[in-house]
Amino acid sequence: MSARRLCLALLGALCLAAAAPLRADPALFDYRLTPRALAEGVYVLTGLQQDFSTRNGGNIVNTGFIVGDSGVVVIDSGPSLRYGRQLRAAIARVTALPVVLVINTHHHPDHFLGNQAFPPATLAALPATREGIVREGEDFNTNMYRLAGDWMRDTAVSPPTVALAPGRLQAGGRELELFALDGHTGADLAVLDRASGTLFAGDLVFHARSPTTPHAVIARWLASLDVLAALPFTTLVPGHGPVAQDDTPLRQTRDYLHWLDGQLRSAAAAGLDMTEVLALPLPRLYARWAVAQEEYARSVAHLYPALERATLEHRDER
Amino acid sequence: MRFATTIAALWLLGSTAWAQSPEDPLASSRWEDMRRVFFADATVVFDERVRVSAPATAENPLDVPVLVDASRLRGVEEVVVFADFNPILKVLDFRPGAARASLGFRLKLQQSSPVRAAARTADGRWHVGGTWVNTTGGGCTLPSTGSASPEWQERLNEVSARLWPRIDGGERLRLRIIHPMDTGLADGVPVFHIERLSLQGADGRTLIDIHPAEPVAENPVFTIDLPPGLAPGALALHGRDNNGNRIAAEVAR
Repeated sequence: MSARRLCLALLGALCLAAAAPLRADPALFDYRLTPRALAEGVYVLTGLQQDFSTRNGGNIVNTGFIVGDSGVVVIDSGPSLRYGRQLRAAIARVTALPVVLVINTHHHPDHFLGNQAFPPATLAALPATREGIVREGEDFNTNMYRLAGDWMRDTAVSPPTVALAPGRLQAGGRELELFALDGHTGADLAVLDRASGTLFAGDLVFHARSPTTPHAVIARWLASLDVLAALPFTTLVPGHGPVAQDDTPLRQTRDYLHWLDGQLRSAAAAGLDMTEVLALPLPRLYARWAVAQEEYARSVAHLYPALERATLEHRDER
Repeated sequence: MRFATTIAALWLLGSTAWAQSPEDPLASSRWEDMRRVFFADATVVFDERVRVSAPATAENPLDVPVLVDASRLRGVEEVVVFADFNPILKVLDFRPGAARASLGFRLKLQQSSPVRAAARTADGRWHVGGTWVNTTGGGCTLPSTGSASPEWQERLNEVSARLWPRIDGGERLRLRIIHPMDTGLADGVPVFHIERLSLQGADGRTLIDIHPAEPVAENPVFTIDLPPGLAPGALALHGRDNNGNRIAAEVAR
């Protein structure tokens, strides 16, 4: 085997190794973050397909960073201070350039509780995301301590200081396009790297994992997915689940939300008690996804009360 | 010899306690207290025919769905629902008249706890079923959202209800009442809850009497199953809260 061949084979093996997220080491509080290059200067760190736990330290989320000529843009900071620090160290292993912008795609804890590890002046989000972090951040943080334990040590809420707006954004010498959407939460930001065609979709898109719905408005979410589907991306980074080179995660998320909405509406219309809705079987297609049953049960708790209330009041809830 | 006597006495004591109270299938450290509080000297048996359906993990501790079904027992006169680790133990009781011995509702949980239903049959025996519900908690010591909003004052005790045909020829009634259901455990918010609901058929026959206690969730939702063959005509719901406010509604059929 020629040296060049060996090199390629090794690279292939490395790529394969990095594609599957490494298990965190709870004894050392080491998330074993391994950036994987998706394109020139574009990296992703893939989380586990699990619920928050003391084993995974909350690393169930995909984060990423984009290296330009003059600086680095981080997309989501992870679930804890430890994660934020280890993300910074992982970036430093790739480039000596400074982090100039840290974008929080939305206000859920696994996307902003690593903020503290970065300079406050670099922390950026949509204004409504900042408001959500200020309003609910402490409760999220407390809950994360309960779920992930000592992984969360010293983590505190560090709200964004830079207000982002939709449209073109030059940062670190890279041209990004920002899309201000909603539906997963009240404000969901998607980030398109124009040079590579990489779309960081945040939690508007899940892949092979059931979507989470604590702040969801499904009709709005579906409308946001239509916007994303029309974008000229070549690589799609979902908020949770494997990276894709096509629109499979987008279609999966849309189909699941349609199914969930239909299931809950027909249950309410049929007069089912909430416990009976919880006991309904999942379609086989979704039952095999990671944390499917758990997320379904949570979604029933989030979404069913409003639907049954509308049914009892003889209103059409849209 | 004295040592042996002591051992024998201890063994006797132990066996007496055993005979009085069978082992709790939910292995709760609070079971003996529950038995004393709710059943005193009455006979208590754990009975799988009393089914309590609730999620193993409650996403929202202020709104935990529970369905109690004791309809596989004959002659149920009263059902008491309680949660071992809630600061207010009793959730509600109900007396099924002509209705099935089942009731769906939602409760507030302060921490992870068994949720149990005890059904008393005509022979005076209590049949107990239950399930563990895990939760992050805080459900009982938080103020209701209603207590912070003026909406409930305008709509207090407003009832919305709907009937569905059941496959057995009977009917299902689901109803929701606007009420803050404050436990009195949140700072500066006095106890304020519905304490009685009674559902009558068109012929005046009582279908079910419900006595909700503080842990029933805000704006309570109830699921009640009615047997086939009720007198035609509207159902009547009457009740009151602990401040004497009346509840009255008619459900057209």
